[in-house]
Amino acid sequence: MTISFEIPEHIQQQSQLVRWIAESTMRPYARELDEREHERPTAFVEQMWPILRDQQKATLDKLRQAEGGTGESGDKPKSGRVSTRMLGLMMQVEMLSWGDTGIYLCLPSPALGGAAIEAVGTTAQKLRLLQRFAEGDQPVWGAMAITEPGAGSDNSAMSTTAVFDEETNEWVINGEKIFITSGKLALEESNGLVIVWATVNKAAGRAGIKSFVVEAGTPGVSIGKVEIKHGIRASDTASIVFNNARIPADNILGSAEVQMSKDSKGFQGAMATFDASRPLVAASALGIGRAALEFVKEKLAENGVEIPYGVPYHKLTAIQRDVLEMEAQLRSAYLLTLRSINMLDEGAHNSLEASMAKLKAGRAVTFIAQKAVELLGPMGYSREWLAEKWMRDAKINAIYEGTDQINCLIVARRILGYSRNELA
Amino acid sequence: MVSFTPTEDQQLLISTINRYATNDVRKVAHEADESELIPANVIETGWQMGLVPSAIPEELGGLGELSAMTGVLAAEELAFGDLSVALQVLSPALMAYPVVLYGTAEQREKLLPLFLEEAITPATAALLEPGVFFDPYELKTTATTSGGTIQLNGVKAYVPLAETAEWMLVYAKDSESGRVDGYVVARNAAGVMIEKREALMGLRAMPTYRVQFNGVTVDETARLGGAVGIDYAAILNRQRVALAALAVGVGRASFEYARDYAKQRVQFGKPIAQNQAIAFMLAEMAVEIDGARLMAWEAAWKLDKGEDATREAYLAKQYADQMVVKVTDSGVQTLGGYGFIREYPAERWLRNGRGFTTFDGLAIV
Repeated sequence: MTISFEIPEHIQQQSQLVRWIAESTMRPYARELDEREHERPTAFVEQMWPILRDQQKATLDKLRQAEGGTGESGDKPKSGRVSTRMLGLMMQVEMLSWGDTGIYLCLPSPALGGAAIEAVGTTAQKLRLLQRFAEGDQPVWGAMAITEPGAGSDNSAMSTTAVFDEETNEWVINGEKIFITSGKLALEESNGLVIVWATVNKAAGRAGIKSFVVEAGTPGVSIGKVEIKHGIRASDTASIVFNNARIPADNILGSAEVQMSKDSKGFQGAMATFDASRPLVAASALGIGRAALEFVKEKLAENGVEIPYGVPYHKLTAIQRDVLEMEAQLRSAYLLTLRSINMLDEGAHNSLEASMAKLKAGRAVTFIAQKAVELLGPMGYSREWLAEKWMRDAKINAIYEGTDQINCLIVARRILGYSRNELA
Repeated sequence: MVSFTPTEDQQLLISTINRYATNDVRKVAHEADESELIPANVIETGWQMGLVPSAIPEELGGLGELSAMTGVLAAEELAFGDLSVALQVLSPALMAYPVVLYGTAEQREKLLPLFLEEAITPATAALLEPGVFFDPYELKTTATTSGGTIQLNGVKAYVPLAETAEWMLVYAKDSESGRVDGYVVARNAAGVMIEKREALMGLRAMPTYRVQFNGVTVDETARLGGAVGIDYAAILNRQRVALAALAVGVGRASFEYARDYAKQRVQFGKPIAQNQAIAFMLAEMAVEIDGARLMAWEAAWKLDKGEDATREAYLAKQYADQMVVKVTDSGVQTLGGYGFIREYPAERWLRNGRGFTTFDGLAIV
């Protein structure tokens, strides 16, 4: 091994393809979808569905083969070779978010719901539940429902319940979930599914929290509200109400048993999906940051301001200093994200690095996008250009998948070797 | 292929330097700072780890391993021990590396064996100039050629170890072409005047001097790289990357000390690290240090590939400059009153950290 930042050729080529998608079905629609909230990015969805469907089909076929053959998971890297799966994903997400983050979030895919199934589902569950993402002409969405009105960063305070009905062999879910990305798309506008976190035993605290798969068409499930937002307006953010919603016994992910140990492995396992999702949120943030930075540099160049490298600080103008600072912040966020992604590909434990990347990227891109509006003056604030929209879009990266403060808390606990009791 | 794992040789080197930094350097750092003198045996031990000699080409007796990445890893670890010691142990590189990179065959054969000696080579470089606004591209020191000889005129500042150096690489601007080149000057050449040692806020154990060059005459063989000269911009890039890595080492030293202190210091019945105000400050320090380190690594990686690393090196330096001030300031803050007391190392790291925006030309990879 040797330290290297070389992005493999095939991933660079793939990025070029994704860039073409971003330029053809994202950027041209970015403004109008922002202005007309809750309209769907049809061109993008139509373009992406066949690609993602066929990818999902290939993944499931591999899994099926492995199941029939050696029993090895099809996704594992061959011995001695490090996977580049997450690296490829990072570059895709970055480029799609460069195109438009709100539209990217409408990707017809299993999304975070799929990540949860991948992480803790059995092979049989994967084959059964993910098949809908691998067939048909109609796009399908997946989603993840964790947050509740009274349980935000403190997931363990959630009050949605799942009670097992032995007579019918079903779980019965009651409660309300909010801020669910693509919730309406998954349950009302397609034959999708939502992963719902609920407690099977409130007294057990974290140990009682389990995740369940709720499929579209389940009686007792309804969309409560579709949010109107500051940014990422093209993205569907819904609340879901569960009123005696009954799902099959086998739609629980992981064990149904409540382990009363201190570690509460079930909850920890569920939290582990964040180790993979946070670096990807960071990657998405990087895309907006790059979009804003490139645009600012282009407009400044048109107005005669070039950005020099190597000039002493005292010879730089205030604008040049700002842009260099934006650029350095973005690069540091990129490298921290790349590291956390690389660890996933290497199968290393990356909770600390994932939170570092998410924290840095969320903060950096918020700063960069706000600076972009400032530097572009009257045009930066105008809805004629996209800078003001990028600023509104950027802010979500400091909030979802754990606010900056929660990620800071996680980093702090890790570097200090503290438990949640020692550092609350 | 992306990887964040150093080679086995580099890992071995890091742990060797870490032992030196922990066992030898840290023990003398405070006293060295106070007395403005590093014990000679500590410098010799550092030199004998062979960082600079290993970069000398094989045909001249070295290992031929001039690698910016290895240099960056070594620099961080040395500075983790102490910045003054790091700069002193590495100071011969200020001359050796440019000679390796740009020297003519004759210059290499003549000069490079000097860096294979048991004792640290008395060689340095003079780049920085006095005044508020220093611009490495607008050097005031001039080189004037006439009739086969070159005359150097000007004043340099922050010249490391000038008093004891036998050789200096002096950067000067050609008075006709405006080109910057490096000139190898003997310390005892006529017209070289070493002024008194500079008194600085930090780096107190590292002797630096203001040096006058009053019509110092050298022949044309003194110009590094002969008629071709040097790639000055590339040298500046290597210096920026080296300084960024050193800043990371200083930042990490301050962070680790503050982290350990905060876990031990009890107020209101619990360790202060259990307060978010302290814990979050430490978390920010950790993130910024890692971010700066990765930027230095990326720039070094580009240098080793032989690509233009101007942008990466500049941004890495700029980022590290800010990081080290913020981190070392937080280090002092974490210690509260003790942070201000010189018996504790935190204030020394802040004084040393504050200098990075000034330290052009003091280190190279």
